[in-house]
Amino acid sequence: MADVKPRVKIPSSASAGEAFTVKTLISHPMESGLRKDADGNAIPRRIINRFTCEFNGANVLDMELHGAVSANPYIEFEAQIDAAGEFTFTWYDDDGSVYTTTNAIDLA
Amino acid sequence: MQDMTYTRRETLVIGAGGIALLAVTPAMASAVEEAVAAFTGGAAVTDGGVEITAPEIAENGNVVPIEVSAPGAEEIMVLATGNPSPPVCSVSFGPGSASQRLSTRIRLARTQDVLAMARMSDGSFVQATRAVKVTIGGCGG
Amino acid sequence: MTFRAKKVAVLAVATSFAFGNTAVAEPDLDAVLVINDELEMVTMVDPPAHLEGALDKVISGWHFRDAATRKLETDDFENPAFIHVEQGLTAWETVEGSEGESCASCHGSIEESMKGLRAVLPKVTADGELWSMENYINDCRENRMGAEPWGWNTGPMRDMTAAIALQSRGMPVNVAIDGPAQPYWEQGKELYYKRHGLLDLSCASCHEENNGNYIRADHLSQGQINGFPVYRLKQSNMISLHNRFFGCVRDTRAESYERGGPEFRALELYVASRGNGLSVEAPSVRN
Repeated sequence: MADVKPRVKIPSSASAGEAFTVKTLISHPMESGLRKDADGNAIPRRIINRFTCEFNGANVLDMELHGAVSANPYIEFEAQIDAAGEFTFTWYDDDGSVYTTTNAIDLA
Repeated sequence: MQDMTYTRRETLVIGAGGIALLAVTPAMASAVEEAVAAFTGGAAVTDGGVEITAPEIAENGNVVPIEVSAPGAEEIMVLATGNPSPPVCSVSFGPGSASQRLSTRIRLARTQDVLAMARMSDGSFVQATRAVKVTIGGCGG
Repeated sequence: MTFRAKKVAVLAVATSFAFGNTAVAEPDLDAVLVINDELEMVTMVDPPAHLEGALDKVISGWHFRDAATRKLETDDFENPAFIHVEQGLTAWETVEGSEGESCASCHGSIEESMKGLRAVLPKVTADGELWSMENYINDCRENRMGAEPWGWNTGPMRDMTAAIALQSRGMPVNVAIDGPAQPYWEQGKELYYKRHGLLDLSCASCHEENNGNYIRADHLSQGQINGFPVYRLKQSNMISLHNRFFGCVRDTRAESYERGGPEFRALELYVASRGNGLSVEAPSVRN
């Protein structure tokens, strides 16, 4: 789906052990599978079913999502670093698509 | 992008019929029990140790901002106990996380309790619930 | 019967009865809309002279929404409309049509060339027609780009209007209502006060006489349009102004007017003029 686009907001740098906020948003309909179209046919489920955040290969957060998460899923949490490096954010779609974005961060 | 409107009729169907609109049906209750059993493996759960932040009244059940926080948790599961399909999300926190806190936006089909349950690092389970009233909107203008 | 604090207090008691002992805070007229911690918006002004006392204050629809909805508009990252703004910005740079042009190849930077436009639309062209932003966009597409026009209420059109409107955010709405605009403005005013449909409602029945009151569990707003296009939570999508008009007229159980047609463009001018002085808030968030 062409219009699925991840967005991530993190600081450009952080001190070692300092908590900072990570905000993520991805454009996605999160079709729950519970709705019917105008003709009464069930609309098949198509959601982002998993989201992960890793820092330099180590797990920060691993989330399983269901159809009760709103369209355009917004996920906010707190992370910390002990070295400069790269965050990898990955969204897994029911249709098999995987959306990934990376953000570099410096040690302040 | 597909129109995400849940019509009133669909909402009523989801809500298991107009008369029983506020009742938790046996099917929903068992779906909640199943999700809890899968999460805890049957272990005892104590109240407290989890905080849920959510509006008392949600203007639109399609987008309800919530935050769950459970200091010391390894994993938090969120259930919308009155939704036709209760599971919302479950999140596990790795070494790179700075707190055991998550904010997101969820769908609530109607007025109900949101349940958050956490598996702590010592293997124990804690939980909290938060009532959220979902209003039937007007025209949105 | 314009907005009065006393009436809302009475309604709040009634609502407490219906929903339990919860205080109802909307419309919260003390709230201040600051976007990205830096851009303070004008969400309440004295009414323009032409309203002749019909409203005590001109109030943005933002105040009529609940705290959770209001907060979504205070941060461009949290505001889901920006997904659509980004798509509009991409389209701005994209070459389409037989002439090999993009918006950017003629207009350059959207930030500079489109600044202020949203605040003065709709307006009368050199040929004497009243045009909304969508008319200008399609004129460029057809006559300069050699591209297919976009449907008034389609995703690409809404995304583009959101991206262009954003360039005027924070500027005061200031549509011209005199000179060549005056006959259109008069037409729009007549539509605003004309009762429609089986429910026999005019725009004024809800948005002038009953703003601040409940319609089911929702607050009626003044129907100001400074936030359009809006991201509406109900649809989880952008909503064009004329689609909102369409829905309002339909909800009176009338045959609605055509989106983009002369009636809704005239109504757009008139309703915009009722909000002259409010900040352009687009792309806003409503429920």
